[in-house]
Amino acid sequence: MSWTFLRDLLSGVNKYSTGIGRIWLAVTFIFRLLVYMVAAEHVWKDEQKEFECNVRQPGCENVCFDDFFPISQVRFWALQLIVVSTPSLLVVLHVACREGREKRHRKKLYVSPGTMDGGLWYTYLISLIVKTGFEIGFLVLFYKLYGGFSVPYFMKCDLKPCPNTVDCFVSKPTEKTIFILFLVITSCLCIVLNFTELSFLVLKCFIKCCLQKYSKTLKSSVCECHNLRYVKYGEMGAPPLLQNHHLDSAMSTAQGGETKVLCGTQEA
Amino acid sequence: MDWGTLHTFIGGVNKHSTSIGKVWITVIFIFRVMILVVAAQEVWGDEQADFVCNTLQPGCKNVCYDHYFPVSHIRLWALQLIFVSTPALLVAMHVAYYKHEAARRFRRGEKRSEFKDLEDIKRQKVRIEGSLWWTYSSSIFFRIIFEAAFMYVFYFLYNGYHLPWVLKCGIEPCPNLVDCFISRPTEKTVFTIFMISASVICMLLNVAELCYLLLKVCFRRSKRAQTQRTPPNHALKESKQNEMNELISESGQNAITGFPS
Repeated sequence: MSWTFLRDLLSGVNKYSTGIGRIWLAVTFIFRLLVYMVAAEHVWKDEQKEFECNVRQPGCENVCFDDFFPISQVRFWALQLIVVSTPSLLVVLHVACREGREKRHRKKLYVSPGTMDGGLWYTYLISLIVKTGFEIGFLVLFYKLYGGFSVPYFMKCDLKPCPNTVDCFVSKPTEKTIFILFLVITSCLCIVLNFTELSFLVLKCFIKCCLQKYSKTLKSSVCECHNLRYVKYGEMGAPPLLQNHHLDSAMSTAQGGETKVLCGTQEA
Repeated sequence: MDWGTLHTFIGGVNKHSTSIGKVWITVIFIFRVMILVVAAQEVWGDEQADFVCNTLQPGCKNVCYDHYFPVSHIRLWALQLIFVSTPALLVAMHVAYYKHEAARRFRRGEKRSEFKDLEDIKRQKVRIEGSLWWTYSSSIFFRIIFEAAFMYVFYFLYNGYHLPWVLKCGIEPCPNLVDCFISRPTEKTVFTIFMISASVICMLLNVAELCYLLLKVCFRRSKRAQTQRTPPNHALKESKQNEMNELISESGQNAITGFPS
């Protein structure tokens, strides 16, 4: 069980994502997961061994290290990656549920279990909101835990059993700061992508609803027009259906495009 | 999750690349990624543990190491390889979008004559023309920019590509100017020069590929312009007219010579 397990799980999400969702997956895999695995992990490898305090008192270094780094930044990064990737699995679960239902009922219930409509659209939306919430939450927590996004090269510590205020030196502070900034930037990029995808989905649904309403009102107005003509030609005394037919064909040849459109919509 | 995943991502682009692009991918994975994983990480493995300063002052070693090596060489190379490989994803995304659109049109019933089935669309090698040409050229351009940028950052951070065996450091809390010794400086210099050379070769390959694409487009445009200027029907008409003119002039001459003067 390793990162490949998460990678394989998430690759399954790729099938049911929008275009922006796929970009989010690519950014997460390459700029966060891959960078963590091949570079960041090694920077923090010897963090406690190389953490040095200007004192020979046994236990002082341990206590000070524990106070400054309650959880190692690199472990926090790994936790963030796992937690932020899991809401996408809700979508995979929902699709699997749909497929299970189709198998149970032994008939086609959906156009395709992976099409984003109905309940799956809501699941996708919720997974996006939860993902974004986790990203923002982790960034805020990181800031509060470490007092910012930079690692100082030395810190002052006066916890027992340290005899007085001692200077403690962190290993590789500049390199750690660079990777933390990299993590923050990619996090912010993922947040922006999530917001964009959210807006895109909501806007698409809104436009579809408006178009449906518009086509409904257009259909009803065409029906009214047809009824009016029906009444008008009825006044002339001839059997309305027959007269309608003659006059319709006469009008379609005489008036060309406009009438054809009306007839066309009627026929549709 | 490791470099193999990146290889899977980039390998997919290989099918739609030019020959120079395929050579570039090979150079990247054999001469840079493999060397980084197999050799460089071993050489730099004990870089901080074996960085020794001529003082017992706690914290002096940490501070001096951090000052002279703000980012480790191997981390910088790893980031460079990731950034340089990512523009190829633009091409992969464009090809995926193109195939998705082709499949959609095929399902609607258009372009049935071009493809046998959906599998044929998936297996098809997409030609580098039209909008894909722009995407491919932009990806090569960004690759060149990233390579050059990282090489400059490397030169700027370490004052060249050579590692000295002793460094002088006088930063707090070091009590005075102390000597600090790097572990394996010659071996590190050899690998640094190797990686920089591989970088330069990759950059030259990218420049050659860009020139090749530009020449291809210019050649295609001039060929199209030529066929437009002398279309085949017109050429045929001209030659037929010439033949007729010749026949008329020949018969005319015969008539003149045959006429009794």
